[in-house]
This record gives sequence, C-alpha cells and structure tokens, in this order.
Amino acid sequence: MSRLEIISPNRTRIVMEGLYKDLERRIESSPPGLCPVDMSRAFLELCHAQTCGKCVPCRIGLGQLGHCIEDVLDGNATMETLDVMEETALSIMESADCAIGYEAAHMVYKGLIGYRDDYEEHIRNGRCTCTYSNPVPCMSMCPAQVDIPGYIALVREGRYADAIRLIRKDNPFPTTCGFICEHPCEARCRRNMVDDAINIRGLKRVAADFAGEVEPPKCAPSTGKKIAVLGGGPGGLSAAYYLQLMGHQTTVFEMLPELGGMLRYGIPNYRLPKNRLDDDIKNILKTGVEVKHGLKIGQDIDIKTLREEYDAVLITIGASTDKKLGLEGEDADGILSAVQFLRNVGKNEIMDLSGKEVAVIGGGNVSMDAVRTAKRLGAKKVSIVYRRRVDDMTALPAEIEGAVAEGIEVQTLKAPASIDVDENNHVKGIYVTPQMISEIRDGRASVKPTGEENIYIPCDVLVVAIGQDIETRHFEESGVQVSRGKIVASSTGAIANMPGVFAGGDCASGPASVIKAIAAAKVVAANIDEYLGYRHEISCDVEIPKAHLDDPIPCGRVNLTEREACVRVCDFEGVENCMTEKEAKQEAGRCLRCDHFGFGIFKGGRETLW
Amino acid sequence: MVNITIDNKKISVSENTTIMEAAAQNGIPIPKLCYLKDINEIAACRVCVVELEGKEKLITSCNNVAEEGMVIYTNSPKVRKHRRTTVELLLSQHDGNCVCCSRSGNCSLQSVANDLNILDIPFKKEIERQSWNKDFPLIRDSAKCIKCMRCVQICDKVQGLNIWDVEGTGSRTTVNVSEHKTIEESACSLCGQCITHCPVGALRERNDTEKVWDAIANKDKIVVAQVAPAVRAAWGEELGLKPEEATIGKILDALKRMGVDYVFDTTFSADLTIMEEGNEFIKRFTAGELKERPMFTSCCPGWVRFIKSQYPHMVKQLSTAKSPQQMFGAVMKTYFAKKLDVSPKQIYTVSVMPCVSKKGEREMELFYEEYAGHDIDAVITTRELVKMIRSAHISPETLQDIESDRPMQQGSGAGVIFGVTGGVMEAALRSAYYLVKKENPPADAFKAVRSPAFGANDGVAEAEFSIDDIKVRTAVVSGLGNTRALLNKIERGEVHYDFVEVMACPGGCVGGGGQPIHDGEELAFERGKNLYYLDENANIRFSHENQDIIDMYNEFFEEPLSHKSHMLLHTEHTVK
Repeated sequence: MSRLEIISPNRTRIVMEGLYKDLERRIESSPPGLCPVDMSRAFLELCHAQTCGKCVPCRIGLGQLGHCIEDVLDGNATMETLDVMEETALSIMESADCAIGYEAAHMVYKGLIGYRDDYEEHIRNGRCTCTYSNPVPCMSMCPAQVDIPGYIALVREGRYADAIRLIRKDNPFPTTCGFICEHPCEARCRRNMVDDAINIRGLKRVAADFAGEVEPPKCAPSTGKKIAVLGGGPGGLSAAYYLQLMGHQTTVFEMLPELGGMLRYGIPNYRLPKNRLDDDIKNILKTGVEVKHGLKIGQDIDIKTLREEYDAVLITIGASTDKKLGLEGEDADGILSAVQFLRNVGKNEIMDLSGKEVAVIGGGNVSMDAVRTAKRLGAKKVSIVYRRRVDDMTALPAEIEGAVAEGIEVQTLKAPASIDVDENNHVKGIYVTPQMISEIRDGRASVKPTGEENIYIPCDVLVVAIGQDIETRHFEESGVQVSRGKIVASSTGAIANMPGVFAGGDCASGPASVIKAIAAAKVVAANIDEYLGYRHEISCDVEIPKAHLDDPIPCGRVNLTEREACVRVCDFEGVENCMTEKEAKQEAGRCLRCDHFGFGIFKGGRETLW
Repeated sequence: MVNITIDNKKISVSENTTIMEAAAQNGIPIPKLCYLKDINEIAACRVCVVELEGKEKLITSCNNVAEEGMVIYTNSPKVRKHRRTTVELLLSQHDGNCVCCSRSGNCSLQSVANDLNILDIPFKKEIERQSWNKDFPLIRDSAKCIKCMRCVQICDKVQGLNIWDVEGTGSRTTVNVSEHKTIEESACSLCGQCITHCPVGALRERNDTEKVWDAIANKDKIVVAQVAPAVRAAWGEELGLKPEEATIGKILDALKRMGVDYVFDTTFSADLTIMEEGNEFIKRFTAGELKERPMFTSCCPGWVRFIKSQYPHMVKQLSTAKSPQQMFGAVMKTYFAKKLDVSPKQIYTVSVMPCVSKKGEREMELFYEEYAGHDIDAVITTRELVKMIRSAHISPETLQDIESDRPMQQGSGAGVIFGVTGGVMEAALRSAYYLVKKENPPADAFKAVRSPAFGANDGVAEAEFSIDDIKVRTAVVSGLGNTRALLNKIERGEVHYDFVEVMACPGGCVGGGGQPIHDGEELAFERGKNLYYLDENANIRFSHENQDIIDMYNEFFEEPLSHKSHMLLHTEHTVK
C-alpha cells in the first residue's frame, strides 16, 4: 500500500477545463444589448452551481436570489421584491464564509444598483430597456462602423481593391488603419466562441498591401459651397474627403509642413511608414481637397474671418500640446514632451542619442513610441518609468512586448518625485518614489508609497509622455466654448451659438484613437452637408461575396510576425510583416459572417450607405 | 446557369436563385414558416433546412443561393429529424388550441406539423401570455406567436411604420409594439398587413360578428348592411367559388338569408363620394389652394391614420369628404330612415369591408347636428363575412344573384374600382372631366393611373391630364412605405401634384388587411383585374350618371357641397 499517489486529472476534469475555457471565450464575445437582468440570472445560476453546499447563505441564499430575479423576468415581482433582493444580497455578502458566496451576491448587488432602472422597467412594464440592435459585433464595436464582414469576404476572394473601396466608404485611411488601428472590432468577435477572434486589422493590412493604387470614387456635382477644415490630421482629412465627395469645395489648413497630424508627427515610422500614410493622403487629395500649409490658427488665421469666407468651418486641430509633470526644473535642457520629441523625428530633425541614457515617463502608447524611437536614435539605455505595474499600462500589450523585446528597461512602481539638473540647467536624472500596488478604485488598481527612500535614475534625456492637451486659447477668445481643455461640441459636432461651426476628433473628445477621429469626421461631414441644405449619401457599389456554407472547424488565428528585434532597432523601417496571401485566405475564411448568419440578417446588419 | 442536384435530381437554375426557389421550380416544395419573399429571408424558423453534401451543419434553403455543383437533400434522415425537432420546439411554445383559433385550417404551422405527423410533443409546454386590449381593432395573441418576425418586417419594410419590434433578449425574446408603447399609443394605421402576413393566428382583427348576430336577433333593430367593392373580388376564395361565380349579388343574398333587413352595395356611396370629392377638388383647384400641396383622397382610413401621426402638418390637404363607408352610414340613418319612416336610432348599420382600419374609422367623431350614434354600428371584414356565412350553414352554391335594395340601388363601374389602387382617382377624373366640360370623356380615358403589376414603380402611378386648358397632375400610391417616400418627395419639392390618391394597403383594398389570407401569395393585382373587368362591363361607368344618386340629391342633399352635404357627408380631419 503506497502512502501517497500522484493525482492525474480524470476525463471529466479535462473536459470541464475545456468547457471553462469555452465559457471564458464566450463571455469575452458577449454581444452588446443583452438584457442585464437576464444576464444577472444566468451568472447567478453559474455561481450557485459553484457552491460547495456547506454554508447556508450561499447554498440557499443564492437560489432564493435567483427565484427573485426569475420573478422579475416573469412579471411576478413588485418593487418590494427588489428590496428583498437587496437585503438578501447584502446579507449573503456579509455572512457567507467564502468568496464563492459573497462574491456571487456582490455581482447581483452591483446589478441591482447599477441597472436598477432596468429591473424597474421589468417590474412596471414587463419589458427590458435594452435591445439587441447591433448584432454584427465587429461593426458595432468599430466607431466608424466599417463594413468588416464585407471586406473580409472580399479579401478572401482576393478582391483587394474592392475591399479598399468598401473600407473607404466609412474610413478613408485603410492603409493607416491596417498598420496602427487599435482594432476594437476584434474584442467581441463571435469567432472567439469557436477558437479565437479574427485578425481583422491584419486582414485590412493585407487589403492595403495587395490592392495597389485604388482611385477614389467620383465626387457629386459641385454645390458651390466652400468649407474650411482646421487641422490636417486623420479627423480633418477624413471629413474633408467625405465633404469633397459630397460636392463641397473643402480647404484644409495645416500649420505643419505636411499633412497627417499625429499620424505623421506622432506615430513613428517603424509603426506606420510615412510612404504608406502618403498612400491614404494621396487618395484623399485626389478628390480635389485643397490644402493651405503653414497657417496657424490664432496667429495667421482666425475663426471669425474663416466663418465669413467659408460656408462652414470645421475644427479638427487634434490634441497636440503636452501635459506637464508639474515638477520643479521641468523646463531644463534635455527634458522634452513626447509630442515634441516624436514631432522632431517626424520632421526629420534627428537627435543623435548615441551613448546617452533616456528615461520616458508614462505607460501609454505614446510612451512606447518614445522609448522605441529613442532606442533607434542610438541611446545606450532607455527606460520606461511608470508609477503602476505593467498590467496597468494603457498601451496595447503588443506595443509593450515590442518595446521589451527591443531591450527597453521597464521601471514600474516608481512615481516621479523631483528632477535633478546640472549647473548648465541640463537634466541629470530623476528621483522617483517607490510605490506599492494597492486597492482597486473605480476598476483600476491604485498605488501608494512604500515608505522606502527615493531612488535616483540618471538620464541625459527625459521624455514626458503623460498625456496631451489641446490649444484652446484662440477658440475661447473667439467665443467657442471650452471645458476641461476640450472644445465643447454637441453629439452632432455642432458648436453652440455658432451656426456653421463644427468640431470633431481629439480636440472635442480628448486624446483618443485614429478610428474615433474618423468616426467623428463621418458625423460632422454628414451634419455639415445637412447644415448646408443637402442630403448627400456616401455609398459603395462593391458587391459583397455570398457567405460560404463551410462548417466552422476550429483553426488557429494568423498573427502578424515582426522583424527580428536586433535588426529592427537599427532603423526606422516598419516592424510588422504582412500575412501571405495564403494565410490571409485562411484567416478571412474563419470569419463567421455575422451579417448573414444570426441576427444580422434580420436587423442591424450591413449598412450600405450613410 | 448553375447546375445542382436536389434529391438526386440534376437541375439547372439561373444564378442567384435560392435553394428554396430552385427546388420549388423543380417540383420540390421545401416546408417553411418564417420565409416571406424579399421581405423576411432571415432563416429564423429553421424549418426550411436542407443537407448540403459534405457539410455537417444543415443550411437554410430560404437565404442561401444555389452554387455550382451543390448536392442537396431536402428530405434526408438528418433533415427530417432536425426539422421535426424544430417544429416540436415551436409547438412547445405555441398555444395549440386550434379549434378556438381564427386561423384553424389556414395556418402554416398547423400544416407543417400535420405534414410531419407530429402527434406528441416531447417538451414541456411554455406559453407566453402578454396582456392586450381586446377592444382594440387589432389583436395580438402572444400565446400563438412563433416569432417569425414577419409582422416586424412587413411593417418596417412595406408599410414603413415600425409598429412591431423584437423585445428583450435571451429565452424571453418576444415580439411586441416597438419603443415600449402600447398598441393604442403607437402610430398603428390598422392597415392589417401584419395580420394577412402572419403565418399563424397570433394576429387578427377584433371579432365583431357576434355584434351583428345580436343586432339581427334584436326585433327593435332594422339591420342595414353595405358591402365594399373589394369584398366581391375575394370572398369566394375561402368558399371554393370561382371569381366569376363570387358575385356581389350572392353576398347580398347571403346577408339577407342571415337575417339582414336591407342590403346595399358600397359602390353607391362610392359614387356619392365622387360627387362630393370631385366637386371639392375642382373648387379647391380653381381657388388655387393646391398650388403648394395637392389634395389627398380620404377614403382610406389607414392612410388617414398615417397622415395624422406621420405628417400632421399636411392633414389640411386631405379631402374633407367622408369615406364611402361613412357616407353610406350617414345616408342610411337620414335619407333612408326617412324613407322607411323610422327613427335613425332603430337603424343598425353594418358594413362588410376588406379592411381592419374601417373598424377604427367607424369611431370617428360626430359633427354638427348629426343624429345620435355613429354612422356605422359594426364593421366586419371579408374574413368575418365568410365565417358568418359558414356559421349560418349556407351552402355557397345555393346563393342567388340578388339586387341591392332600393332606393340606393345603383352603382357605377367607377364606384366598383374604388377597391383597387388608382380606382378612386380614375373615378374622380371621369366625373371631374364631366364637371368641367359638361360632356363625358371616353370611359377609359384615365387608364394611365392603373398599376401595371403588383408593387410596380414602387406602388406609384403618376399621370398628367389636360381638360381643355386645365392641366391636372395626379399621382396614385399604395402601400404606406411607398406613400412615405412620395410625401417626402412632395415635401422636398422634387415633385408636384394637384391630386393624390393614397391607399394604405399595397395594391389597394383588394389587398386589404381584412381579406382572405393565402400565405406567401400576393393576390391584390389579380383581384384588381376582377374589379376592372366588372367596371368594363358595367351598365354605367360614371358616378355622375348614377340615377339613384341624382334622385337623392334632388330629394335630400340638394347638390354636392350643399349645407346638408357638409353636415352629413364631410368631416374635419384633426390631429389629436
């Protein structure tokens, strides 16, 4: 008889582990608009099945809570039911023995507080406040509502130029987005229920790489209207593109020598090669958009004059000034904002950092751009200094991994305390206060000092990447309302008390993503058109291939590969490799065509025009 | 062409043909429930699934097209098994008390289940019960709804009113009035297209037949009935009568045999409507009132409800003339009551209509010094008429052609075509011509307003006519979605008309929401041809030549647009 034995999982256990993974992926791809009360019921049922059965609150209480929710859903509840639920949930939260019980009750409780209006609607009117209205997950998650199943189907057929035409209906930056879009579309991809989300951005890149030059559609007959667009970033150029297609003569005012805004002067070449950005811009300009360079709003031009000279004015100046640390000595030599640092590189004003030590403060995507750029400029050592953990960084995981692979040091849990400057007012280093991770507040882990002594990080160059602001002074003076550093525009892009003046993109929303700026551009373009008394429609006549009827056999996702880290850090050339056509065909073939299968064929599916 | 094999049969069909259509073209009707061509191809019921060789998952035949080389089985063991399970699942949530259902015997679910010989359901019965106002002319029974979404789609895509919507998610997903409204609060036009496109008995009109039977049984009531033009084109369908056998005279005979005291044909009051509306048009036209916006016909209550809720600012453009139903009611309770020398209160007016909205129209407010009570006391649809004939166990083949009672006996061919899109316009133009020129045009001079096919030209027929130096621009439209598109064009100034006829139901009253139901078939155009045939062969083809109308003006109303006419035959359209 042996005293101990090695336990190996039995078959049930193995299958269960697989099912847990299935459920995880399923929850990840939950479609928007589900009834929250019904979801609470479903979660609770799962939680209740997890109970070991030892303790009363969890064994019985969770079941009773479940009955209450059922009553709400079945129209058998009163407002008192909600009081009973709240008290019961609190009781379980405070009396259950382990997390299986108290956290389950807490989930119900959070719903009771968080969407009480929906509970009440069920009780009062037997109905839910939510509707399942936008069932193609990728499209509903894409701010610009790009016809994703459509272009994926086109890529599958090798019709790359058509794919580009279709994308441009909603997004005139297909190439740019193929490189750097944050791809919110992939987050809820239903394919996740089978194996893994479709590599949507990768397929867009395929379309852009293989399409060759694709002419823009013809513009509508000229309306004789003139529109001024302030700022030639993605938002301004997108709006200009659509307005020009609608037949309005659009002029873009850009203070910098070239168009593209943050795409050119913020995002480094290794992520978005400038010649590829130029592909998109060239197409936009082909529609007849005019450009006036070197004019700065508030200095060379002012909004009042523009309003007089043009039929409508659109403000899309982006967010291109920097936030400050607020530490003494911040204006010392060798200290730059990330915006400034990256812009200089974008302008080809190359700094030689050979042999130098560079510290970058911040944990966002801009910070990653700064460190990786510094590395490419020859810096000996580049460090990210961040007050929280890697897990808390707002940068995309792929960006962080890319930076680490390129030899960037990551100094986490260190909050900047003071700046050390030499006798020539040049930065020498930075003192940071060690932090420890602490309570979760508003869904995010906070930090607090450990009480240890400050640490000194020597550096020759210090880059501050803790966020951007917009330059609002001129607008405020011209009567445009500004609040919290943003231009106040309505959800239609209109500006109060200034008919004909609109705003969109980062300057109105605060620093966001390219695709959000493009989405805002669509909104303002449509509303400017309407303001001018027109109702032009933007559509695309590309016929979309029929959905394939293949069985969905689980298959791995094709990820984009990158150039070897030790090679790519030596230049500014693109880091990411495109898929092969063979890979693209397989990846596109994984698309479940939610526009054809499921709710999408009934309601909320493909939008053919806007 | 695409070559495929269905059930071992090699066939060849044109490209972009769905598998379902390909099979049907080759004599293989695949069972289906939710499918409605071009309107609801959403693959929801899963009854039309077929097996595609080489694939594990079954595919729906309604929304997938035949592709070269496909080998398809519509009745393989797998298909049969899953189709059967699917129908059993549907039945587990369907109130299958068929004997008490308005659609018993004409129900697609019943047919599919019977065909599959489903005798037991292995699942727990779960019936959804939502409350509903049973006094409302349109009734939805959630216990019977199979969530095929046809009502949602027909209202969204054809009628453009979006009255129905999917509600909730998960297992409790259901259909209900959209935007969390009740049906009374909604902008429902009561067109009834959702009823005629429902595959089961989840939607129906309020049953008013018992009211009529009660009135017949009441010795103090004189029951007076009228039968709308479009009814004659459809009532025989459910009774096994051929179109040429199913005459208006036989309907009148049936009503008499049921115990109705006096029977009339609404074509009489259609002629009366033309006299009033035609004169009103000429008056408003010559007064320059129609320079900006046209005058709209007002005989379709679905349309009147629509304009009031959707284009309230245009309501003043409606003709003030009441509809033929309401005019006839008014005549019955005044002129006719006098003739009988009885009090209007003794008269019980019944109308047989192809329409659900007429049940709402009868509740219109009374004006001026109208006698107590409504013009019309009960409205029954064509379907309800058929049920009454059946419940009176009248053998259709024994029915005789009888004439309407006097003195409202005559009806012109112009009155008959009121039941089809373009008919009111054509009838009005025939008499307007006479009013201006004092001579008749050729009877078919205004044929251009007729529809060439069901749904042709987005339901719109435009025409321009010259009567001497007067140029009249007209448009005719049917279907409320088409109507909305036309009104938007008018509002944007893209088109201009002087006179516009609107009928809420596609194809006009012949395709009305109260007509017999044939799942998957649109019969409006065929029925319309029947009415045009009757017009062509009518003794009189002009409303102004109806001698009984002329006599009635002489004896009672004096002349069109007289004070008395205004009191009884016109109304004020107001927005609530």
